[in-house]
Amino acid sequence: MITIDVDMDKCQHYGQCVFEAPDIFKLNDNDKLEFVATADDIRRGDVESAVDVCPMQAISIVE
Amino acid sequence: MSKSVVIVGASMGGLRAAEALRNNGFEGQITVIGEEIHAPYNRPPLSKEVLAKEVTHDAVAFKLRTQVEDVIWHLGDPATSVDLETQVVKTNSGKTFEYDGLVIASGLRPRVLNLPNGKLPGRHTVRTLDDAIGLRADLVPGAKVVVAGAGFIGCEVAATARGLGCEVTNVAIDSFPMIRPLGETLAAELQRRHESHGVHFRLGHGIRDLAGTDSFTGVILDDGELLEATVLVEAISSHCNIEWLANTNLDISNGVLTDSALRAITTDGDPVNAVYVVGDLARFANPLFDDEPRRIEHWNIPTETGKRVGAVLSAYLSQADNFAELAALPFTPLPTFWSDQYDMKIQGFGMPGLANRYELVAGELTDELVMAYFRNDILIGVVGIGMTAEVMKYRKQLLST
Repeated sequence: MITIDVDMDKCQHYGQCVFEAPDIFKLNDNDKLEFVATADDIRRGDVESAVDVCPMQAISIVE
Repeated sequence: MSKSVVIVGASMGGLRAAEALRNNGFEGQITVIGEEIHAPYNRPPLSKEVLAKEVTHDAVAFKLRTQVEDVIWHLGDPATSVDLETQVVKTNSGKTFEYDGLVIASGLRPRVLNLPNGKLPGRHTVRTLDDAIGLRADLVPGAKVVVAGAGFIGCEVAATARGLGCEVTNVAIDSFPMIRPLGETLAAELQRRHESHGVHFRLGHGIRDLAGTDSFTGVILDDGELLEATVLVEAISSHCNIEWLANTNLDISNGVLTDSALRAITTDGDPVNAVYVVGDLARFANPLFDDEPRRIEHWNIPTETGKRVGAVLSAYLSQADNFAELAALPFTPLPTFWSDQYDMKIQGFGMPGLANRYELVAGELTDELVMAYFRNDILIGVVGIGMTAEVMKYRKQLLST
């Protein structure tokens, strides 16, 4: 399993991560980010893509 | 013998290209040559957080993933030339680097005003971390600041400086701030919002010179008006860092012309299989819009182009059977931009600057809103202030047209 962390002080809820891994990241009805904190190892590529597209660079994979 | 790649440019594009080479199975040596001494870092905070508080390189640096742990970072020593025949890059210090694959990721530098009295201290640009840290020291409460240029960066600096208690005047030759990407209606509204936060504008004007002898005391506009100021931030436009390519036969008339594989193209129109372009310098046609090659200076482009280059170049170097097929695939990244100004979260997708018509499709002009941009009645861009969910509906539509 991989562990995902989002720095909510940095996050501006732009939602770019949602396109890369919609089952892990989503914007709720108030346009605020919600995410699942763990994912299977097989999803590492998608989560890395989500990390890459975050303009605030708020997402990290906890190693 | 194992192959090697040299990446010229140690910013986000260079890093993403290195990661993508590894992700696509390239195991040879990767050397990244950079002008700045810093390892790659994220630039958007430079016009915002980095100006507003003590932010170090650590806080903005990209985390280096395990797949790029063995990359050689040759920093603080820019490339000065390349020989495409012998495949050797030379740096300022005289070092030479042989390559089998070359990635051009040397990016842009700010253009500065040509001012007769321009040697006085107090002038700033905001392209690098060191630039931003230098500017931060001058943005003290009450400081009189002139921002030259009313694009996104200039407007972000103006907003941040107001937040820090500076007196801010924005001087630009444009008729409204951010008008080129946003169109007049939204640009005029954003000017109104900046003014309500206390920013003064001198639009339709250039800067002729600085006033002062030992230090500068003001900025003289093209109509002779003197604006009292001790800080000048120049955010007018950029130069391409392509001087090191001057002795090649590549088409460097505006950035570096590429094909859809991001291979550099010569002035004879031939792609060079060993040479690729990433980031702000890549001038490519995007079939999402038309067949006109353009450079795109948006934050997502270094990542999109870096990934593309990693896939194609690794296939070339391993002489993969599918290289030609891979290189011929269309490349259709959706230009994506964001800007934080005051409490406004502006985000855009597509090429709204190419539109000949736009329409407010959600919200209110004076509040949160979504503006859709059309060229010949085809949706070509969308810009939102807030209203993320609504903006995303149009983003989806952009990708499907």
